[in-house]
Amino acid sequence: MWRDEALAVLGLTLAVTVAVAAQSSGPGRPATPEEVRNLGAAIAPDGSGLPEGSGTVGAGRDVFMARCSRCHGDRAQGDVGPTLVGGLGTLATPRPLKTVGSFWPYATTVWDYINRAMPFDEPGLLKPPEVYAVTAYILNINGIIADDTVIDARSLPKVRMPNRDGFVADPRPDVGRK
Amino acid sequence: MKHLQRSSRRQLLRMGAAATGILAGPHTLLAWDTPGTLGIPLGPYGERSPFEKAVRWRRDSKTPETGSSFTPLQDSVGTLTPSALHYERHHAGIPTIDPAQHRLVVHGLVDHPLSLSMADIKRLPSVTRTLVLECGGNSAGEWAARTGPDVQRSYGLVSCSEWTGAPLSVVLRAAGVRPRASWVIAEGADACRMERSIPLAKAMDDILLAYGQNGEAIRPSQGYPLRLIIPGWEGNTNVKWLHSLKLTDQPYMARDETSKYSDLMPDGKARIFTYQMEAKSIITFPSGGQTLPGPGVYELTGLAWSGRGRIERVEITIDGGQRWAAAQLHEPRLPIAFTRFRLPWRFDGRPSIIASRAIDESGYVQPTREALIGVRGTNSIYHFNGIKFWSVRADGTVTNVEG
Repeated sequence: MWRDEALAVLGLTLAVTVAVAAQSSGPGRPATPEEVRNLGAAIAPDGSGLPEGSGTVGAGRDVFMARCSRCHGDRAQGDVGPTLVGGLGTLATPRPLKTVGSFWPYATTVWDYINRAMPFDEPGLLKPPEVYAVTAYILNINGIIADDTVIDARSLPKVRMPNRDGFVADPRPDVGRK
Repeated sequence: MKHLQRSSRRQLLRMGAAATGILAGPHTLLAWDTPGTLGIPLGPYGERSPFEKAVRWRRDSKTPETGSSFTPLQDSVGTLTPSALHYERHHAGIPTIDPAQHRLVVHGLVDHPLSLSMADIKRLPSVTRTLVLECGGNSAGEWAARTGPDVQRSYGLVSCSEWTGAPLSVVLRAAGVRPRASWVIAEGADACRMERSIPLAKAMDDILLAYGQNGEAIRPSQGYPLRLIIPGWEGNTNVKWLHSLKLTDQPYMARDETSKYSDLMPDGKARIFTYQMEAKSIITFPSGGQTLPGPGVYELTGLAWSGRGRIERVEITIDGGQRWAAAQLHEPRLPIAFTRFRLPWRFDGRPSIIASRAIDESGYVQPTREALIGVRGTNSIYHFNGIKFWSVRADGTVTNVEG
């Protein structure tokens, strides 16, 4: 009788040990470098994650007219898609116009968003040099970079956006405290 | 006993029929004495009654893959939102994902980059929580008094579900978060690969890797097969179709946390990372677009919730905010979940301005619209949680006060 119980306990102990061993190996399996690469690039404000390649304002204008103007208008004035230009000095007025030029704090976000989400109906269509070029064009028409600026992984994080210091931490609860 | 039940039920039915002056026809439930009509057969997946018509509402759009659909709160009962009526906010359509092919990759500042299948995630310890989910932009129209005509179109970007999943902290511990890491960049597998930056402290606290909603798999429109559920935080951070978690030492300043989902103040500065949803309530009956058929006793009812915890108290006014009375609250009151409130009310045919205000367990009192605007102006778009007044007119019609 005691032998049966002892064996049962032993069996339980073994089962627990096996379970612990299985757990210690962790959930899932190691991610392969290819899996991480296939997720594509998420771009940090310091530029980490930006790929090789570069683009000019002129090349960006061509890409914009071919791929972007259908929704954003041929002067980026907005149509189905939002306005991408103008609005400087309007943020503290009753009718703020929030655009890449007037509101976005980091130029890297422009690259990241075009790369991951544009064009709306075919996101991921543009290759890195095209994304650099369109980014350069949009920054240029907002008066942020000169006509002859080449945008690449080194120059893009150095672009200082007009509203870089326009963001503050969340102070709530600011209303509604007892 | 059986005979007794039958005859008493028959009696009741006759009484009911007599009282309402209805003669029992062959197709009504009252036709106890006539042969019945055989109903429809059993089925594999249930549908609601064809007499029930509540649906989500959305604006017409040239780009229907992006936008919002609003929950019909005026038709809701109890505290759960049916999955089929849960509000939606998509940025690039709803992807079709085979769960057998789907993987979550955890990478960046970790000792052991991990790749998890859905089966791997379902083997982890599971947690079930009933939680409200609200779009950061819900009731944004109220800032400028551009209100929708009813509770659905003005307040419908909020829903409540039972969510099941694994604690994110379990996966992060297994991956071995490096000391330098302080943020998690979450990315979805939708066409635009929507991403948000989430502080590591919250990720290690109560975030779920959710695969279940209301007793079944999460709906495709809610992130099938895997999404983040972040208790108390604005909907957009609850990344759907989750496929990537990257541990970093900085937020990535994604488009949806800088250009969008930041709150512009009157001085031109914008508040960033405004994750927290605050206490809010809304009367769903009587509400805009409804009509009381005449004077009499009605049950005022509505929903209250807070991203900071339980609803402690809901107060109702019928005189435009001069006097407030405590409503009764349905139990159980779960933290960060819909709490339904009710209060009997005698409508005597005189015009009345009604509203509710919620107080949560942190002591926070739902503010007036005027108090919010006094601090934040009218251009912040997100996180409107002001008290909502409805006007009940003498003829029983209900409208926006501002409208």
